[in-house]
Amino acid sequence: MGNFGPAAREALKDGQLRSNFRRAMDGLMSKRAALFADQDEWTRLRALGESIKARALAQLPELLEKLEANCRKNGIQVHWAETTAQANDIILGLLQKRGAKTLVKGKSMVSEEMHLNAFLEGHGIEALETDLGEYVIQLDHEAPSHIIMPAIHKNKQQIARLFSEKIKEAQYTEDVDALTGMARQVLRRKFREADAGLSGVNFAVAETGTLCLVENEGNGRLCTTVPPLHIAVMGLEKVVERLEDVPPLISLLTRSATGQPITTYVNMITSPRRPGEKDGPEEVHLVILDNGRSRSYSDEQLRRTLQCIRCGACMNHCPVYTRVGGHAYNAPYPGPIGKILMPQIEGMEAKGELAHASSLCNACVEVCPVKIPIAELLVRLRTEGAHARADAPVLQPGAERSTAEALAWKMWSRMATSPTAWKMAGTMAGTFDPLMPEAFGPLADWKKGGRTRPRFAKKSLHRLLRDKGVPDA
Amino acid sequence: MSGSMATTKPSTVYFFGTCIIDLVYPQAGLSAVNLLEREGIRVVFPQGQSCCGQPAYNCGYPDEARAVARHQVELFHQPWPVVVPSGSCAGMMAKHYPSLFKGDPFLPRVENFSSRVIELTQFLVNVLDLKLEDKGEPVKVTWHSSCHSMREMGVGDEPKELLRRLSNVELQELKRERECCGFGGTFSVRHPEISAAMAEDKVADIRATGAKTVLSGDCGCLMNIGTRMEADAKEARGEVIDGKHIAEFLWERTNG
Ligand code: SF4
Repeated sequence: MGNFGPAAREALKDGQLRSNFRRAMDGLMSKRAALFADQDEWTRLRALGESIKARALAQLPELLEKLEANCRKNGIQVHWAETTAQANDIILGLLQKRGAKTLVKGKSMVSEEMHLNAFLEGHGIEALETDLGEYVIQLDHEAPSHIIMPAIHKNKQQIARLFSEKIKEAQYTEDVDALTGMARQVLRRKFREADAGLSGVNFAVAETGTLCLVENEGNGRLCTTVPPLHIAVMGLEKVVERLEDVPPLISLLTRSATGQPITTYVNMITSPRRPGEKDGPEEVHLVILDNGRSRSYSDEQLRRTLQCIRCGACMNHCPVYTRVGGHAYNAPYPGPIGKILMPQIEGMEAKGELAHASSLCNACVEVCPVKIPIAELLVRLRTEGAHARADAPVLQPGAERSTAEALAWKMWSRMATSPTAWKMAGTMAGTFDPLMPEAFGPLADWKKGGRTRPRFAKKSLHRLLRDKGVPDA
Repeated sequence: MSGSMATTKPSTVYFFGTCIIDLVYPQAGLSAVNLLEREGIRVVFPQGQSCCGQPAYNCGYPDEARAVARHQVELFHQPWPVVVPSGSCAGMMAKHYPSLFKGDPFLPRVENFSSRVIELTQFLVNVLDLKLEDKGEPVKVTWHSSCHSMREMGVGDEPKELLRRLSNVELQELKRERECCGFGGTFSVRHPEISAAMAEDKVADIRATGAKTVLSGDCGCLMNIGTRMEADAKEARGEVIDGKHIAEFLWERTNG
């Protein structure tokens, strides 16, 4: 069983956190809206983005093979990992083979999914985050609270205090440029000294064997070019068919994510350093992770989760995420994408509860640049969580089932299909409302939300319309 | 938009009252029926109707929801439009019923039913082009859009268009009109604290408009917002701003 409920309740009490998120999400929403002001263009581009990802998924096994073949041709070595443990072992092996002791990392959510840093630390290898946000939270021993802006839960003052405590010789300042400068000082030296670099992948192009990586700080480029060894990790859904598929997806990604027309850096990695080239790593490896994705792939509906380009727009627009923040989800992917992805990756027992952390308001569905039917998938996962069955495409189906709830729905269904029972219930509710206790069953929970108990009307609509003589057929 | 829905005025419509209106806000349903009848439409209210089935469906109990859905579909079998005074229930019946019956021999009947479902304000504006003569005092109101009316039924400007047709009514829009009020059906009891945090912000937004009345086309939202304001009032955190279904408001302003 998970702990989203208690964690969310704790988070709600933290006024600072709530206002940090509110302010940040407001900013992101308005920046995105400004870049998609042209509704027709948005509709067209979004349909294109969805079709590119759907086409890639329709031929996923073939494209992955093609990607592997073309990467190999280019000198990029490809490794397959079914589980996060396997992926961690592969990376450790690559590092140990070169005697690497330090690893600089560009932002990679898959590496968060793998808990790679802790794993490497356990083997005496230092993994240093170089994305500014990731660097900040690593200093504070925290996990990311957002997939694009990992330190979004912190405000300027909190970062200033952290730097003055944790960075040697740093003075307290709230000047953003000065703070960035401090981090840069530390990181530049690390880039030069690191034995290896690790990055994520935004899109991997099957026909050319190209790894695309978007970023704003240049740290991604440094991680992938300065150290002699570059390891890229990606989930298997990141493959696209053709090079021309990339520009529309990048446009959707950066505009949805940060409201930028394009990021400062767009890296296209095709090979290790070639003879005669002055820079670039000696070795490039690509680790492709499954971790439950092929299980989702086997189901037509759940498969659509794999369309995700990890833009984070769904969390920026999520009223629940905005209130509780990212850490309450206790998952590498929080917010709506996390609510559909985590139960599929980790199973219903550990993460099924996340599918319930939504009012199904559809705000995420409205902004998802690849049209993932998030609300529909939430309902589907709730259904899987409530019903055990042998051939379910999720782990531990039925883990969320409560006998009392199942019985309640059965009774409700009987009542709502029996005209007499339904009308009787209406009459009883109205007649006995004044005598009802203030809080019992679901009403007790309703009142926990700082609300009074709803009052049943004396006469139901059925009764009023019958009295009025409104025809029944 | 309901795809195959005729936009000419029908002589007869079905009315689906929704369970929340039935049990908690019957005046809203009665007013909607009054408005329709005043336009010379024969309104049929099958007395066997109950709930659209959304609560069970959303909680992951599709079998139970399907039984309830089938019951309504069988009951509303004539080829008349089904007018629904809730974007959320209309969304369930128009958009989710067909997927609930995927692969079922009953599907064609469900699809026929779903194509006839129309949300009340859409019907009043797009089909009836309802004329309204405002007989009320000048008043300032605000409007809360329900998530499902906007994002499932595609209700856009229709409710505001109706309010604009009332000469003495001034509409002060919410700052975050498109944000969920935190109701979400069973979400409100599964995660009451998060739901409350959302309701709290919605109530603050409503108060900031200075409106005397908050209107909506969905009674689930009104119940959430209203009971939150009552609790606030009990603890002297602010007074209750009257919450009303738009049908009831339209009827009150134009009748008498
Ligand atoms: S689900 Fe959609 S909106 Fe959310 S991160 Fe993925 S692509 Fe972006």
